[in-house]
Amino acid sequence: MEKLSGADMLIRALQDEGVEYVFGYPGGAVLHIYDALFNQEKIKHILVRHEQGATHMADGYARATGRTGVVLVTSGPGATNAITGIATAYMDSIPMVVISGQVQSHLIGTDSFQETDMIGVSRPVVKHSFLVKEASDIPKIIKKAFFIAASGRPGPVVVDVPKDKTNPNDLFEYKYPKSVFLRSYTPYEKGHPGQIKKAVELLLSAEKPMIYSGGGVILGDSSNALTVLTRELGFPITNTLMGLGGFPGTDHQFLGMLGMHGTYEANNAMHHCDVLLAVGARFDDRITNTPSMFCPNAKIIHIDVDPASISKTIRADIPIVGDVGAILKEMTDVIRTKTSKKSDKTSICEWWDQIALWREKDCLKINRTSSEDQIIKPQDGVRAVYEVTRGEAFVTSDVGQHQMFAALYYPFDEPRRWINSGGLGTMGFGLPAAMGVQLAFPESTVVCITGEGSIQMNIQELSTCSQYQLPIKIINLNNQSLGMVKQWQDMQYEGRHSHSYMDSLPDFVALAESYGHRGFKIQSRSDLEPALEEVFSIKDKLVFVDIMVDPKEHVYPMLVAPNGSMRDMWLEKGVRT
Amino acid sequence: MRRIVSVLLENESGSLSRLIGLFAQRGYNIETLTVAPTEDPTLSRLTLTTLAGDDEIEQITKQVNKLVEVVKLVDLSEGDHVERELMLIKVKTNSDQREEVKRIADIFRGQIVDVFRDAYTIQLTGTSEKIDAFIKALPRDSIAEVARSGVLGLSRGEKALSI
Repeated sequence: MEKLSGADMLIRALQDEGVEYVFGYPGGAVLHIYDALFNQEKIKHILVRHEQGATHMADGYARATGRTGVVLVTSGPGATNAITGIATAYMDSIPMVVISGQVQSHLIGTDSFQETDMIGVSRPVVKHSFLVKEASDIPKIIKKAFFIAASGRPGPVVVDVPKDKTNPNDLFEYKYPKSVFLRSYTPYEKGHPGQIKKAVELLLSAEKPMIYSGGGVILGDSSNALTVLTRELGFPITNTLMGLGGFPGTDHQFLGMLGMHGTYEANNAMHHCDVLLAVGARFDDRITNTPSMFCPNAKIIHIDVDPASISKTIRADIPIVGDVGAILKEMTDVIRTKTSKKSDKTSICEWWDQIALWREKDCLKINRTSSEDQIIKPQDGVRAVYEVTRGEAFVTSDVGQHQMFAALYYPFDEPRRWINSGGLGTMGFGLPAAMGVQLAFPESTVVCITGEGSIQMNIQELSTCSQYQLPIKIINLNNQSLGMVKQWQDMQYEGRHSHSYMDSLPDFVALAESYGHRGFKIQSRSDLEPALEEVFSIKDKLVFVDIMVDPKEHVYPMLVAPNGSMRDMWLEKGVRT
Repeated sequence: MRRIVSVLLENESGSLSRLIGLFAQRGYNIETLTVAPTEDPTLSRLTLTTLAGDDEIEQITKQVNKLVEVVKLVDLSEGDHVERELMLIKVKTNSDQREEVKRIADIFRGQIVDVFRDAYTIQLTGTSEKIDAFIKALPRDSIAEVARSGVLGLSRGEKALSI
């Protein structure tokens, strides 16, 4: 049998796992591993400029492809810099394997140079972690790490590797396990047939039904099954921020996003429904508003792969644990056998009439006074990007107002096209995530919708973009302030804008050009579409588009909190339901 | 309500800190905790008591079950069970209290496991309530130190927490 060092086994295991890209940054504790990487060509290494960037790139790659993202960082600061990205992946259940170097085993616990207890520091934000104790265990540990990261409810897994375990002089027999069994971890469950039957009966008896689906549908590659079921039922559907694209965003049955900045019709339909089918969603506080006032008249069916998500914040009447796609298919099959009940679809006509009335409110219309004709509203920016890309781009975002505008004004007809940090809300996510997506899909249009606050949190990666020639289109909705913070200060702190301005901004066009990219600045509304047409016709270069937008704009609708239900919304400045 | 949760977990380094960390991270409390390897040295059995309502204990058991190294878990307080706690207690005894302390220990079926000129060390097993009652029965200011094991428990009948 072939004999390899720990470092070579690690790289070979990644190859055998089918890893295409590793996002990383070298340092003392991982030098042996980097040497092993140097001697092969199967795995491409992307040298980032900051370890946080590496984790977001792996994350973006994973979200767009469904495959596990891989990160390689050194001990100490390399490892701690990766934490924000690991936490981001954890909150959104993204499959990721992070390999961190560790100081030599005999130095662990002595406060040695670049030593951090990575297992300890990362513990609350990983699905699982491994410390390599014997070099010969490396293939087995890597196999387990990938299995745990991608199965069940996915998440990040850390593998901490002390430097001495990768010593090139210590050789071991290499064999990559074909399969893995963990007696304490059985991630797949089949949905209970009795529960499925009960759920179907409840759904067919509904007069005001509503479907609410989340990121679990995307992660479980179940959007097709969801779409088939939703069409079969003829029910209205809404998606969470993480679930956008799970059902076609331009379809008539789609009521838009729900929650804190959800549409008037989606939030109202949630509040008034009598049967709620929740699929791969976790009743997050940004959805429910005040939990005791949530869906006061609804019986709730909740499908999720993670039993801990069920009845965590909102009690489910019919819980169904298991693989979301398989359960949705089974429900569709059961419904189709009940052909006689199909006529029940007509019984929800009144409900659709009610929804049509809510839709008439046109809650996403862009209000503009006559003097504002040439002012670009952030919504205009997103709509123009949608038009120019014909809704077909991969769109990543950072966090803040621009994120909500992107989610509301760029409907997605397909899953894995909308990529954002929903759970943790990590500013600085957008650009590196877009890089991971672009590497996975080199021929596709990849847009990063961001703001001048967020983009500066990982702007160093513009350098990485030059190195690997990633033709991302960065849409910087520049309102010269931390817009979402400012909006809250306007609404809750009498307009005291405590440190929410953005002073001393760089000349983004010049900055982009200094890295060898192209830069555009757009300041008036009539220039918007022609300029964007030009931007998106540039296929071989990264283009940084600095769009000067109305700094006074707020994101609406917005749920009234605290002590509000989902039907209580601000619809525009000073106007509420 | 006080709950007794018994957990079988992989006897690996780090698995205990993951479980304890989960309690801290999610704001659950731990009243008592005891852990040791089982007859199968690859498994540890951990028993903890916590104060939790019905909704909270449901979340606790689900979240603990989710940990990769947790093999099995049972909320013993859901059904009939036996529980025991062990206490070692050092009691200061001046000459007029010496007889009284010995008598109280006998009443509670405690054993004196160490004797010194002016102190006894007493071993007592029983439910936590019994141990609390014993402590209350001792003469005021006589307790030098107390070490309690935390609660151990098994369900009644044939059912067993095993793999």
